[in-house]
Amino acid sequence: MKRIYAIENWCIDCKRCEVACKAFHSSYRDAVKAYQLEDETAFERVRVEGGLMRSVAVNCRHCAHPKCVEGCISGAMRKDPVTGVVTSDPDKCVGCRTCVSMCPFGCVRVEPAGVKAIAIKCDLCGDGAGEPGEPRCVAACPNRALIYVESEGC
Amino acid sequence: MLDYVYPRYKVLRDADQCIKCGVCERSCANEVHRVDNDLGRVVADHMKCVNCQRCVVMCPTRALSIVEWPQVGNGSNNWTLSAMQDIARQAQTGAVLLSSMGNPQHYPIYWDHLLLNASQVTNPSIDPLREPMETRVFLGGRPGALKVNERDRTVVSPMPPRIKLDVPIMFSAMSFGSISLNAQKALAMAAQELGTYFNCGEGGLHADLERFGDRAVVQVASGRFGVDMHYLETAAMIEIKIGQGAKPGIGGHLPGEKINAEVSRTRMIPQGTDAISPAPHHDIYSIEDLRQLVFSLKEATRYTKPVAVKIAAVHNVAAIASGMARAGADVIVVDGFRGGTGAAPKRIRDNVGIPIELALASVDARLRDEGIRSRVSLVAAGSMRSSADVVRAIALGADAVYCASAALIALGCHQCQDCASGRCNWGIATQREDLTRRLNPEIAAERVVNLVHAWTHEIKEIMGGMGINAIDSLRGNRLMLRGVGLNEKELEILGVKYAGEQ
Amino acid sequence: MGDWQQAGSPRRGLREGEVRIPSGCAIAAIMDRTGARHNGKDICRSIALMHDRSNGLGGGFAAYGIYPEYAELYAFHVLYESHEARMATESYLNEHFLCEKQERIPTTPVKGIKNPPDSWRYFLTPHPSRHDLEFGEFDEAEYTMQCVFHINARINGAFVASSGKNMGAFKGVGYPEEIGEYYRIDEYKAWLWTAHGRFPTNTPGWWGGAHPFTLLNWSIVHNGEISSYDTNRRYVEQFGYDCALQTDTEVITYLFDLLVRRHGFSQEMAAHIMAAPSWDAIDRMEPSLGAFETALRCTYSDCLVNGPFSVILGSEEGLLALNDRLKLRALMVGEKGSMVYLASEQASIELVCPDVENVRSIEGGVPFVVQLDEVARKKAAASFENQPDLKPSVQFTGVMPAENKRGEA
Repeated sequence: MKRIYAIENWCIDCKRCEVACKAFHSSYRDAVKAYQLEDETAFERVRVEGGLMRSVAVNCRHCAHPKCVEGCISGAMRKDPVTGVVTSDPDKCVGCRTCVSMCPFGCVRVEPAGVKAIAIKCDLCGDGAGEPGEPRCVAACPNRALIYVESEGC
Repeated sequence: MLDYVYPRYKVLRDADQCIKCGVCERSCANEVHRVDNDLGRVVADHMKCVNCQRCVVMCPTRALSIVEWPQVGNGSNNWTLSAMQDIARQAQTGAVLLSSMGNPQHYPIYWDHLLLNASQVTNPSIDPLREPMETRVFLGGRPGALKVNERDRTVVSPMPPRIKLDVPIMFSAMSFGSISLNAQKALAMAAQELGTYFNCGEGGLHADLERFGDRAVVQVASGRFGVDMHYLETAAMIEIKIGQGAKPGIGGHLPGEKINAEVSRTRMIPQGTDAISPAPHHDIYSIEDLRQLVFSLKEATRYTKPVAVKIAAVHNVAAIASGMARAGADVIVVDGFRGGTGAAPKRIRDNVGIPIELALASVDARLRDEGIRSRVSLVAAGSMRSSADVVRAIALGADAVYCASAALIALGCHQCQDCASGRCNWGIATQREDLTRRLNPEIAAERVVNLVHAWTHEIKEIMGGMGINAIDSLRGNRLMLRGVGLNEKELEILGVKYAGEQ
Repeated sequence: MGDWQQAGSPRRGLREGEVRIPSGCAIAAIMDRTGARHNGKDICRSIALMHDRSNGLGGGFAAYGIYPEYAELYAFHVLYESHEARMATESYLNEHFLCEKQERIPTTPVKGIKNPPDSWRYFLTPHPSRHDLEFGEFDEAEYTMQCVFHINARINGAFVASSGKNMGAFKGVGYPEEIGEYYRIDEYKAWLWTAHGRFPTNTPGWWGGAHPFTLLNWSIVHNGEISSYDTNRRYVEQFGYDCALQTDTEVITYLFDLLVRRHGFSQEMAAHIMAAPSWDAIDRMEPSLGAFETALRCTYSDCLVNGPFSVILGSEEGLLALNDRLKLRALMVGEKGSMVYLASEQASIELVCPDVENVRSIEGGVPFVVQLDEVARKKAAASFENQPDLKPSVQFTGVMPAENKRGEA
């Protein structure tokens, strides 16, 4: 499957990926509204770690054998058998944070969303959330520090 | 002492669009933008803005634009705001004003007064999509006549060394130190892809670029930085740099803080020391000295590489060029006063030298008068803004052009003229690691390749319209040009007729 | 004849030389490889058939082998607008040449031909006293060429229509068949005839501008408009050629003269240089041939002739036909026995040789060469290496510093 890879050498800590991700995953699908209207459902699923001198965008690897799915107690975390994309169903998620502690890459967060907290992670967004395509963070990266390329394993 | 200098630019932030994401803050090495948590908005220190437009391009919501500082002048055409601000700056510091890039003043741009021809009726235009359209050029010395064996189809007399360009556009000299290694790498990769050449400038050839050696023109300048046998042998062509269009008669000074470990190794000078290029070559005080250096370099490389000599376009450029040809230069490079620089005294940049169009026309004409034009190659430099400028330069008499500013603009440069500060937000004119990282050579090379491909397509279209299918037939073909808005003298020097003349 | 300039239309437009005039054309040639001579009737009929390809503003013929009794002398055909022009020219010729014979060229009045100039011919040999004066090493051809340039550029109202040995050009303003009749070309016998009918877009306004264009033994008829004109012009002008007429034909002639006479190439190689193979083709060649072609293209890139053209070059060796690389102009060839026929249109060949064989079109960029049998034999035995003569072109070296001082003195 195609996956997103972060190239540390070219990450310039601008965080345009975060903005693009949050905008796309807000109900408005618009950056200005996502930020200015304080949309409760809008979270960036990629986070740039580090600082000016050294930074990298941390993003879900959509592992072949994802630990988060293995540990999910509610059946919310699921790997699509066809596309290989790992997503968390917000309706089923109970916010137990097992996935957070199981993920070896620190790519899952739990954020409060309305009445409960839910797991937030990359859904390898294409034309829509969960549908593979050119992810928004990759498109927004000005320096090819995020690349979306074919890789082995599904 | 109160500083009388006020900002040149003002950052306009559209509050309706700003999402306070901080991309601008993190993008600006000049520290113009700051997300102010007390105020709950992003603020700007306008004084620090150099108008590089990195933030404008990076802003995810297009909330930013830069405008001129809205200070009205006193109405005088003489004491303009910028003239007075220069005085204020010098009164404050007592220093020579430094600036960068090419001459921005209101001198005539002759390219814009030269119109191109096309075929109608008596001569068919050629469709480059259907017919071959040749843009290949060779640079180097040429024999006046060739001796061959016609039956065996072999060359009897030796051909001088030359380099092959698939497009008549090369990337002009920009040294490692003045620009980043990533910028050089991008140009080298682009040159390889395009079948043309990049010029490493006077700062030596970085070890990482040696694999592009067959695409490299290496400079031997007055500082002799990085010059050794290995350097000469790696290159495709050697260029003796006498002068530069942006600062004729002036040497170079790369301050010690830019001489990091990599620059130091490449230039072969101690880390942290100033790299000073003397104004003249101290072994070239006259034309006969130039001949000695030309032939020293030819001897050293066993006559396997062409030797170019680059001069700034100054008043007697034609006579000097003729002398250079007689001194053994294979390629004559003339750099006009709009050519760029990483740093030059502002008064020199803005007032010394002549336009490349006039210089090129008069050099070409002089070499023809002397009957030696076809023995040497002629390269024009100093601001080629588009494919049409390239076509005009070739029609005036150039074999090829050197292009740097346009290539840098393709990399992101916005001509803010602040290269000397070392804080280039586009990662070009800087050695700061967090900034050079912004220029991914892979993307940068693609952009330059795209640009040159686009120009080449346009050149082919223009040539096809003229009914020409090889660039050889455009060179010096001044009938393909007509002047508008020029006086008799200008037409005479350019060697073109006025529009409407047959 | 002295009032030639005043007669006819009182308006005098820009003449050729002051202005560059594009033209379309018809061209034709007939040659007998054996050197046997034929009169000008066939060539006249052949070019006449292509009447519509010219517009009555220029026509002409070149004929080789017409003056066997003066074969060693330069035969100058000179057109005069006035008696003064003839006096000035003859005094110049007397100074520079020994004149074996001079006479008015016989003509017949023709209805379509208005105000013809006075045409004369001279059989000349360079004046012995000049041999050492002008040049260290006397080059007869170079000397004669410079004298032709002098007359054409400096003597008002005189034009040298041709200057070769045992050949001559007959040309003027009119349809080619009218010009042929006017000059009575059916009374001359030649082993090679070339013909030209011109369709200039503007009135050239003078007889000298009609084609064939000639220089020494060269004659050229040409159909096309070359887009590389200024590149080619500025190249040859470096070597003492004076492109006074601003015509394509003129510059093509000079290119041939430079490459063949001065650089020592065969005519075929010169044509090959002018219509060089494309880089694509060169890249596909085996390396040694590729290097040869690359060296030629690099050295002679300014000689590449671009744009549509078909030319027939006549010389003492025979004829050479060449089309541009893209084959943008028509030119047909046919053969019958020792005879070779060329014309812009096939019908013009079939008219004069109904049972012509091997009719085909000349390929783009590939020189088509027909040599006299005797020349071909000689060439086969000669060296295949050219001997370029790289003497610098003659430059005036004076004792005074600048033009203005010369003026004052």
